[in-house]
Order: sequence, then C-alpha cells, then structure tokens
Amino acid sequence: MYPADFAYYRASSVQDAGRLMNEHPGAKFLAGGHSLIPLLKLRLAVPPALIDIGRIVDLSGVTVANGRLRIGALTPHAEVAASSDVATHAAALADAAGQIGDPAVRNRGTVGGNIAHADPASDLPAVLCALDASIGIVGASGDRTVPASEFFLGMMTTALGEDEIVTHVEIAAGQQHGSAYAKFPHPASRYAVIGVAAVIAADGDACRSAAVAVGGLVPAPVRASNVEQAVSGEALTDASFAKAAQRVGEDLGDEILGDLFASVEYRRAMAPVYVARSLSAAAARARK
Amino acid sequence: MKVPVNITVNGRSYQRDVEPRQLLVHFIRDLGGLTGTKVGCDTSQCGSCTVLLDGVAVKSCSCLAVQADGAAVTTIEGLAEQGTLHPLQEAFWDKHGLQCGFCTPGMILASHELLRHNPDPSDADIRHGLEGNLCRCTGYQNIVRAVRHAADALAEK
Amino acid sequence: MATRLFGSGIRRREDPRLITGSATYTDDLTLPGMVHAAMLRSPHAHATVGTIDISRAQASPGVLAVYTGKDTSDGLQPMPCAWLVPDADLKVATYPCIATDTVRYVGDIVAVVVAEDPYQAYDALDLIDVEYTALPAVTNPAEAAGDGAPQVHADVDKNQAFHWAVSGGDVDAAFKDAEVVVKERIIQQRLIPNAMEPRAALAEYDQASGDLTLWNTTQNPHILRFLNSVVTGVPEDRARIIAPEVGGGFGSKIPAYPGEFITVFCAKQLGRPVKWNETRSENYQATTHGRDHVQEIELAAKKDGTITGLRCTVWAGMGAYLSTAAPGIPTILHGLMLPACYGIPAIKEDVYGVYTNTTPVEAYRGAGRPEATFMVERMVDRLAGEIGMDPADVRKKNLIPAFDDGHDTVTGLTYDSGDYPTALDKLLSHADYARLRAEQATARKSGRYIGLGLSTYVEMCGLGPSQVAGAIGFQGGLWESAIVRVHPTGKVHVFIGTSPHGQGEETTFAQIVADEIGVGADDVKVIHGDTDTTPMGWGTYGSRTTAVGGAALAKAARKVRDKAKVIAAHLLEAAVEDMEFADGKYSVKGSPDKAKSLAEVALMANVAWNMPANVEAGLEASTFYDPPNFTFPFGAHLAVVEVDKATGQVDLKRYVAIDDCGPQINPVIVEGQVHGGVVQGIGQALWEQAVYDDSGQLVTGSMLDYALPRAGRLPEIEVLSTVTPSPHHPLGVKGIGEAGTIASTVAVYNAVMDALGPLGVETIDMPFTPERVWRAIQQATKGH
Repeated sequence: MYPADFAYYRASSVQDAGRLMNEHPGAKFLAGGHSLIPLLKLRLAVPPALIDIGRIVDLSGVTVANGRLRIGALTPHAEVAASSDVATHAAALADAAGQIGDPAVRNRGTVGGNIAHADPASDLPAVLCALDASIGIVGASGDRTVPASEFFLGMMTTALGEDEIVTHVEIAAGQQHGSAYAKFPHPASRYAVIGVAAVIAADGDACRSAAVAVGGLVPAPVRASNVEQAVSGEALTDASFAKAAQRVGEDLGDEILGDLFASVEYRRAMAPVYVARSLSAAAARARK
Repeated sequence: MKVPVNITVNGRSYQRDVEPRQLLVHFIRDLGGLTGTKVGCDTSQCGSCTVLLDGVAVKSCSCLAVQADGAAVTTIEGLAEQGTLHPLQEAFWDKHGLQCGFCTPGMILASHELLRHNPDPSDADIRHGLEGNLCRCTGYQNIVRAVRHAADALAEK
Repeated sequence: MATRLFGSGIRRREDPRLITGSATYTDDLTLPGMVHAAMLRSPHAHATVGTIDISRAQASPGVLAVYTGKDTSDGLQPMPCAWLVPDADLKVATYPCIATDTVRYVGDIVAVVVAEDPYQAYDALDLIDVEYTALPAVTNPAEAAGDGAPQVHADVDKNQAFHWAVSGGDVDAAFKDAEVVVKERIIQQRLIPNAMEPRAALAEYDQASGDLTLWNTTQNPHILRFLNSVVTGVPEDRARIIAPEVGGGFGSKIPAYPGEFITVFCAKQLGRPVKWNETRSENYQATTHGRDHVQEIELAAKKDGTITGLRCTVWAGMGAYLSTAAPGIPTILHGLMLPACYGIPAIKEDVYGVYTNTTPVEAYRGAGRPEATFMVERMVDRLAGEIGMDPADVRKKNLIPAFDDGHDTVTGLTYDSGDYPTALDKLLSHADYARLRAEQATARKSGRYIGLGLSTYVEMCGLGPSQVAGAIGFQGGLWESAIVRVHPTGKVHVFIGTSPHGQGEETTFAQIVADEIGVGADDVKVIHGDTDTTPMGWGTYGSRTTAVGGAALAKAARKVRDKAKVIAAHLLEAAVEDMEFADGKYSVKGSPDKAKSLAEVALMANVAWNMPANVEAGLEASTFYDPPNFTFPFGAHLAVVEVDKATGQVDLKRYVAIDDCGPQINPVIVEGQVHGGVVQGIGQALWEQAVYDDSGQLVTGSMLDYALPRAGRLPEIEVLSTVTPSPHHPLGVKGIGEAGTIASTVAVYNAVMDALGPLGVETIDMPFTPERVWRAIQQATKGH
C-alpha cells in the first residue's frame, strides 16, 4: 500500500515540534510510526504534513530517580519489556510491553506513540491506569503532567492538545506490590481483545490493597473499583479472586466494544476470567 | 517535496532524494538489485519485509525512508560475509526451513533478532520469537529446527 | 555401488538463491521504461455502474492512461471458464475483465490507471469518480439458492450455476434398512489462500513484432498462454509466459485473472512494459477464495458400526463469476471421493453451484477433497457417538482391507493401491491411543476437557488421465511432458511442463534423473516455468507434479539411458544385449571394468564422431506421459486438544500424521509438505474464515482480521509414513502436496467435539473461535 503525499518536517526539540505543529495545522506527529504509518498506508489518515519527533534527544530511555520510574516517550516497547527497572517497579508494564505486536514491532513502536494514539485495543493504557502512572506532556503552552486515568478519554481520544506531545510516563518506584498483565490477544492482529492489569499489595496471605484496570473491551481503560474493593482484605486465593472478579461487570459501564471475533456479550463474560487471572499473577509476585 | 536522505544498505551508502511518503522497503527495493526484501501485506502482520535497522529487526513496510536517514540497514543480501553463508542461512538450507522462499528473507532476519537476544532458545522461545512472521508453506516446524540448528552452530563458533 | 539418490533427503537445489535474496519473483523485475498499473475496484458487492469520470485521474501527475470497461471491451474478451462439468446444467455467466454496467463483488475491477510509479498510480485511483447505484447483495450460497434471493446474474435463475449429482449403489435401500442414521449440517467456511507472495504481472509488448512476454505469478504458464490468447488476442506463438520464482499458490495461482490480461492490454496500448502488483488487501478481495460449502449429510449404518450409505446435499458458493477451474472442484474432485477409505457402498450427492456477490471461489489446497473427507470423517465420529463405539473401532470396522492393484468404488473410481488398516494401526500404536484415552478420562475427572480426533483419508491426485479429463469437462489435457538433454560434459538439462513454486521439484526431479541415467543430482538442472523454453504441460496443482510430471521425466530419462547403452555398446565393441546399466555406469555384463560413464557417452553422442549405425547424434529424449489412472495417497491422522471451558480457547496439544504417498523421492521434502499441509488444515479448524457482512463487504479484509496460523500456537507435528507403491506409476509415487490439509481439518474438529462430548455439545461451526466454543458450552450446559 502506498501512502498519500505529505510534507515532512523533523523536529530538533520538543519546542521545535510545537512550533512546527503550529505552522502546519492538521499535521501529525511521527515517532516510531507503528500506529500512524499503517493508517497512512491504508489512506485512512491523509495528513498534509508529518512532524518527525523521533530524533529528539532525551525523550528515550528508562531511568529510576527520586522514587520515580521514568520512561521516555520515545522508548521502544522492546526496551521497556527488557528493562530490569521496569520489571522491578512495574512488572505489569513489562508484561504488557512484551506482548505488543511482535518483536520487530516492539523494536520500533514507542511508548509515547502508543499512548498518544490511544487505541482501545492497545495494551499500555490499562497498565498505566492500574499503576497510577502520570503522563508528562509538553506543548506550546508549557509542560504539564496528567494522571493516566485522566489522560485516556475515549476511543482514540486523549487529553493531549493539538500541539502537545507526550514526553514521558512516570510510575512510583519501590512500591511493595506485585503487578501483572493478563491478555487475551486477537489471533490475527495481536491487539488486546481484553487486557487486564492488576496491582496487589500483600499483607501476609491477604490483600492489603489492589488496583485493577481493564482495557481492550472498552473505549478507554476503566479502573475496576468494585473489584478492587471486593478483593481488598480478602485472602490471596484464586477463589477470592474469582469471586471479586465477578464485580467487574459493575465497573465496565455501558459501552462495551464487540467485533466479529469477540462480541460484546462474550467480552463481558470474559472480563471476570481475565481479571481473576491478572489478580492471581499479580498476587504471585506480591507474595515474593 | 523531496527530502535528501543518506542510508547505508549492506555497508554501502546511498544518497537519494526521496518523497517523504516513501516506505523504507520501497527505498531498498528501488536501489537496483536489492529485491530480497519482500512486501507480503499492508498491515505489518507478515514480516516478509523484516530488515535490520542499525542492527535491530524492524518491518521496513512500516518505516519511512526518511526515518532511516543516517541509519545502516542490513538486508538478506547483506547477511552472508564474503560469499560465506551466515549460519542462519546454512541452517535454513540444511533443515529445509523454506519452501516457496518468499517469507524466508524476513524469517531469517527475524531469527537473527531472536538469537541476538537469546542465543540458546528453546523451541517454545523460537516459536514465540517468530510470531511476527508468517509462513504459509512450512507450518513453521522446520523453521524452528533451523533456528535451533543455527543457535548450535553459532555457539560452536 | 553408487548411492541411490531416490529416497535421499538431500538439501534443496532451489535454496541458495532463496536464502540469499537473489531469487527473482515477478515483482522483483524491473524493465527499462517500465510503468505501473493499479486497479480501481468496486467498493460495492452489487451495484449498477453509471458514469465514470476519469478526467481528474488522467490529469494527475505521472499518469499515462486510465482505462475503463468501455475502453477494454474490444481488446479484452470475457474471462473463459475451463472446466465445463457435463450433465450439470452449467450456466457460465459473462465475466468481463473490467466491469461495464454492473459490479458483482467487492473487488470487481472498474478501471485501471497506469502511471510512472505505483504511488502516483494509487494517487490517481483516488481521483476517479464512479456513479454506483447499489443493489441488494447475497453472500451465503444456501440463501442465494433460495426463493427471492437477489439475482447475481439476470440470466441465471436462482443463481444456480450448476446442479451436479453423483450416485452409486442403492442409497434408498441403505437408508430404509438403516439401524442408525446420523445427520449433520456442516459449514465449510470460506478461506483465503494467502500465498505469501501476492499476485503480480509484468507485460512487455513489442508493438512492431507483436511479441508479448508476460511474467506472472502462475502455477501453470502453458494454460495461461492459451487463455491469454483467448482473452487478449495475442496468439500463442507470439506470447511467452514466464512464471519466475513464484511464492506459493495453494490453488489461488491456478486460475487466470483479469488483472494479468488488463496488464497485457495496457502494455499493448502504451508500448511500454507495465507491471501490476496486487496489494494484500486486493489479494483478499480479488484473488480466489476456497471452500464455502453448506453441507447437509446423512449417514446410514448398522448398530455394529457398519456404514451402509451416505446421502448429502451441498450448496457450493462459486462467487460472482466462475473462475477458470471452479466448477470441477466441488463436483468431480469432491463427490467422487465420498466412498472414502471405507468403500461406502451406497452414495448419493447433489451439489448446487451457486453464484453469490463474493470473490470467485477456486481450488484451495485439497480442492474438494478436504470438504469430502470432512463430511465422511465427521459422520463417522457422529456414528461412533450414537452407537457408543470408540471412533477408532468404527473406522477399523469399515476400512477397505489392503489391496495392491485396484479397488472399485460406487462413484466410478478405481483406487490404485492402499493399506488403510495398517496406516490406522500404526497411528494408534505410535500415539498410544489407549493411553491417551485413559489420560482423557482422568483429566475429565479433574474438570479438564481433552479431546482426541481421528481422521483417515484417501485422495485422488496425480490428475489425469486426459481421456478422463475430456469426459469430466476439463477443457485441457492432463498429461505431462519432459525433455532430458545431456550436454557434452555429461551435465544435464531437464525441461518440464509443470511449474513448481515451492514444492522442490528442482531437487526431486534431479534425484530421479540422476538415478535413471547415472549422474549426480548436482549435474542436473531442472528448467521450468517458461513457455518458450519448456515443453507443453498442464501445470502444478492437484498433487500432480511428481505423480504425472515425474513419471514423464522418468520415462524420458529411461529413453536417454537406453540410447546411452547403445552408444556405450558401440564404443566398447559389445553387443547391446550384453550391456547393463549398473552402479551408474554403462558396462558389459560380467565385465564391470569394460564400462563407459554417462559423460563419456554424452561426449561422443554430442560430437558424433563415431556413432553406431542408424543412431542419431545427440543424447536427448522427450516423453509425453498420460497416466492410466489417478493416484490415491492415503493416511490417518490424530489430533489431541484441550479446551478451556472458561474461555472456549482451544489448545492443540499434539498432532500425529501418517501419510502414504508411495515411495518417497526425498523424505525431507515430503515431511515439509506434510507439515505445511497439516497446518493449513489446522488453520481452517481453529482460526481462518473469510466473512462477508450482509451487504457483501469483506469484513476480514486484511491480515489484521483474518487469522493465519502462527508459529507460537502450534505443536510439533509428528510425521510418520507407510509406503504402498502405485501399481501403475513408473516410480510408484503418488503425490503428497495436499494430503496434510485433507486430513487435518476434520481431525482437529473431531478432537474438539470429542473434548466437549461430556458437556453435550454436538456441533460448532468452524473456525473454533473461543466465542463459538464458549457459546456452545453455555448452550449445552444451560440448566445443568
């Protein structure tokens, strides 16, 4: 397939990127391109210009400082998946990053590009919500930080302004918890039919607190607060996870996505299964 | 509005003015003679276009040539050194890891990536590591054998 | 003793170019002055076409020409159908290369753009304005055959392209006397072949000489040359068709398509080489699909498991037009095989070929035989369930005993040779079937659902003979030819009419020749796929390349050997009767030191300084081999699955294949064919389906939606074999290309149903998506 024509500008800094965007209304930012280029090829996106932010230095890499795990927006998924810092402080994120697409896609696709695109079937949004990540953003009007739960607004819709780009995501480091991501991948696209991230803080054999976020079957990730409450204080057993997971139906809301492969009804029925599986995997790590 | 790029392919530098929309795979295939990199789909599912970009496997149908400006690309034509087949190429031949051959360049380069991360993979690791590459002929089994065989050959080196 | 190459798993001679990227597929070719075509395809499944405004496209940068159906209607004749199945009331609807007044499926071509580069060609496609008036569409074959369905072609009543029937034995009596009858409605879902190389064409036309060269992704260049002459008017003597490296076909590159002929048309008009390379999206829309049957089946039996009759009706979706070989697939290649390995004594089948507003349906690996095997093997399992017998025992009870020279079926076939019981026994013992059943029982107690699925199969392949081809309406022959030419240094060129595209005959054919005449495999180059340099042949499909082409080759090589013996006798001053060919040498019997190598003979034959009387110079032979019968490979397969009751996900845990293709020329290549074939059949059972919505849009329009088998979800396939030579084949070989696919779909199907048996699930439409399995479980266990 062959994209339609567009102009191309390469940003040298985040400020430069904002300036270029203001000069070229309707342009799109290009990072790794793994969300955008497929749309260009199918001519489902026909922007007049692309602003390549892929070469901006300092936007890539994983660091831990001041109690925060920081992942630059241009960090490829493969690097996130392989990072021992991510595995230590946000294991669910490593799980999810390692299941995006396939190895070649993970080498090229970036964290920032993925979340800015905000595909409901993407893996990272739910994980970032469960981990209470914050999203660093910069634009013409300056820097700001948005909690993940306020970043993903709906299908392909985020809190990003037209001229803003994601600079990084941050997650509290050193937390005494276990986290995991359970995914039901589409057999063709590899996208998440359902993806559930769970974070459990253990208190002996009991759950002190839990955070659960569900993606894939909803337009934007949903925190499963009913499940979280139901599991808190309970024993860390598959039976209690299964019971608590049943509450996810109350958390999902009315808008459930369905398609040829998995209908609304089926996905709704599978949500508790994957919630329980993610809780179980998170608990196994929490106990360690 | 064309954009100048300088991309090194298999050790040779190519300076070209390209349309920004040109996909890396088309850039490579249009250089003259380097048609081993294949286009098998529109949606970055099949992996036939896999090349190494600065040593890392990428799908060249999902990358613009302008994004590769300044980078070094290795295609299937660049894998053999001075006429000696790479152990992966030998292994695909030895283990009958190909039939029609269309997916093979991408499959070999994806295997290259796999062994870079995991020099001693289990069969399950290999199967998982090749999930981004489709083959319709072999049922993958002899590809798995070939990668395992190559891993052994590389370990002996 | 010289090592026999027949039976040796030597490395493939094709591979060096394929593993280094130097192989040349159609899209890899560039000619001076070459320009690029792109097709504008209908977004509607059924619509009338009003005005087409091409003015903006014509003015678009780089565009050389835009042609619509009006421009091509003189230069391109309608697409021919080449399998005119007799006694079937066949109605071949007009199939224009470019639609003029009506489009009949999403993907029907309405215009072509030629531009300097493909990006410009696609830009121009966006600038063509077509006035469509949408019409109601129909996509399901059974619905299309019903009253009041939208008419795909005004002149084809009830969309019925044909009605074909086969019967043998007294089926009415079988059902009247049946102690048990089992019935089922099976959907053989529509599949997309997905050769990894999309189709492509490159046409170069010399306006002065009228010579055309067409490089094309075809499985049968000689047939294409013939069809090209019909459609584009370029006579066969002026057209050279080249199938360069071809990246898989699986049947989808058998038919001729409008795309290549439109490319020829453009090259003729413009006097420049024109390349057209389909995108994968186009491939999904417009390269032929496979299967698409709705089947209603009844099996009659006795309580002891003896099968007495089979009665069925099939609605076979043909798509919007009849593709080149399409009518023969769900009829001849399907219905005749219904007696299966059991020699079912009474058969009646009605097949309705039905036009629908969908992509034309053609041969897809197995082509009719998987659909037949599925019906029988599924019903055997249903019978086993009904009478409480193990499925293995029902099969054992009914299998035809071993035979080595012919078994006649009630559908008029004569199976050449077979030993089905041994294949099944070997399968069951290798897999340790009894232990698997015990493990299954244990697992069930702990709430795990493991299932075992068996299938046995026999297939007709090695298509010819030609006399039969004529009788069954195939508009061509089914013989093959080969030329063996020995050069002065003893190096050999083999020219064949078949056109392999991944099957490895450059290697296996070299092995055949090497043994027959006394050279090394490396001394033999096999040349194929070019109508100017290779002898006439009918192509590579239907597991016929080795079965028919290989026989032609063996016979040609034997002619060379006979001539070499005569020349060697002359050089050794011996009588021809005293000569023998042994250890790769032409020697005098009893005096092994009095011998000539092939190279020595070849040198003399080529320089011809000292030839025997009345012997022509040169060392070359050709043959035309028309087989006396089909060949009938067979086998038995087993699948083991586990179903996750909570999600409906199916995990294929184990797969064992026993196949008998006769003696194996190269067992490594045979095993590879089995791997690939089995996985394609597994794909049908578990993942693959082409889905149209009610308006005729292809919902599974890309690899994002159409799920192909991937490495990570497959077990290691255990491959075993038995060897039962074909009595009529010069080498005894039978063919292996399609076997795996024919057996595996129903093996996996039976395994999943076996797993779910305790839950009361009886049928699920393929593929076994988790949701379908989950729903079936929910349905069956409701109220439990």
